[in-house]
Amino acid sequence: MLTARAPRISTLAGLREALTRRAGPEAADWLAAATREIGAQPAALHRHFPEAGRRCGRGALEPAEETDRADQADAPAEADGLPAGLAWTVDDAARALLLAAVPLRGAELAARASAVYHEGDAAERRGVLRALSLLDVGEHALPLVRDALRTDDARLLAAALGPYAARNLDPHTWRHAVLKCLHRSIPLAAVDGVVRRRDGELRRMACDYAVELTDAGRPVPSDLWFLTGHLPRS
Amino acid sequence: MRIFDPHIHLTSRTTDDYEALRAAGVCAAVEPAFWLGQPRTSVGSFVDYFDTLLGWEPFRAAQFGIRHHCALALNPKEANDPRCAGVLDLLPRYLAKDGVVAVGEIGYDTMTPEEDKALAVQLELALAHGLPALVHTPHRDKLAGTRRTLAAVRESGIPPERVLLDHLNESTVREVAPTGCWMGLSVYPHTKLDPERTVRLLAETGTDRVLINSAADWGRSDPLTTARTARAMLDAGFPEERVEQVFWHNPVAFYGASGRLDLSEPPPVAAEEGDRYLGSSLVRGG
Repeated sequence: MLTARAPRISTLAGLREALTRRAGPEAADWLAAATREIGAQPAALHRHFPEAGRRCGRGALEPAEETDRADQADAPAEADGLPAGLAWTVDDAARALLLAAVPLRGAELAARASAVYHEGDAAERRGVLRALSLLDVGEHALPLVRDALRTDDARLLAAALGPYAARNLDPHTWRHAVLKCLHRSIPLAAVDGVVRRRDGELRRMACDYAVELTDAGRPVPSDLWFLTGHLPRS
Repeated sequence: MRIFDPHIHLTSRTTDDYEALRAAGVCAAVEPAFWLGQPRTSVGSFVDYFDTLLGWEPFRAAQFGIRHHCALALNPKEANDPRCAGVLDLLPRYLAKDGVVAVGEIGYDTMTPEEDKALAVQLELALAHGLPALVHTPHRDKLAGTRRTLAAVRESGIPPERVLLDHLNESTVREVAPTGCWMGLSVYPHTKLDPERTVRLLAETGTDRVLINSAADWGRSDPLTTARTARAMLDAGFPEERVEQVFWHNPVAFYGASGRLDLSEPPPVAAEEGDRYLGSSLVRGG
């Protein structure tokens, strides 16, 4: 699964290292200056957050060929490589590091993250969502996850279902979010903790969905069988 | 043949669609309030939307000979956004308007406590304003969601004949049929029913208490699926009066319960002649 697949970006240091490798020294210099400025003056976050893509680039942070295939043993059938936009990008990493530079914690940091999220375009919102698991925000940022899960934007849905949601989101909302991934053809490999959190109720929901699709003469996505825990009879 | 589309989001459609709808026989439509894709951030945004559904859009529809009415509500998805919760307080003054023939679309999206509350409050508003209720069934976890919706309807005390449960499919129509609620079938490419499945379902349910709609919106949809389904019914051997029952008499009966349905022919003004609404016509620059 994703947690196992991307160990290098589970810490701020790993994120900084991956970004420097992908974006080059000029971007790293910009980021260092921007994070210093935010550390001294948190309001600077609002100016630097939108420009992160222009400064650092927008490509995949860890291109598919760099991922460690051996870590994917327990992944759903289609887990080898996420479609573009569903995994960490360079600008996601830059934004996460900008947020992490804000000298606040808990509810105050969550309020700052919420402000840039609500002011932000889709890329900025994705950056906030990706950053949550690396920020000391407790459960205060859950409203942002819920907001993103109401959208139909696959990039936001995938970003919202990272380790932060896996740790903090209540079971009902989390199950519905996973079901939404099946509806929106988002690979379950994008959902952090799906191996650990799948349960009987999610299995029931997936089975009902399989019946609905079969009644409609539509194909059942192979990821669905990962939730039900068995393969269909051929 | 006259067609009444009981659920279509015309604000999301072009004038080409209006022309094609009228040419295909659609001369009346109900547009329920719904989610616009871009989440709204304030109650004021709903004020403008509701005003559009009562003002500009009926004007636009009339240019093409289509009678436009609306259903107003806080949709289930945005019922979860605390910034939009105040819409529930705004609704009573809008539900008093002439052009409003139902409360809708209400129902469940993700089945949260906030959605429970919005559904209960709005069913109560429907009762208080003597309006039918257009209740959408959820896209996800549909069967469980339909059962929970039926429980909420029963609890509210609204008479079942005043309630339309929409977007039903093979599994859920069987749950709704014995309840006395109206059954809505949405013929919408890729994600809901197609004309052939709809005709097969009609063979099972019969044509009483059934409404068929296109649910066309800003998604990959087709506003002409009502006309295509009417043709498929005829091809499958349904007599013409059954087709007319489903596509005209049933929606007239359901929304007519509001006492506010006006099906007189709209004034015959062609768009190019430049009729005006608050100073604007459909002729840009005109």
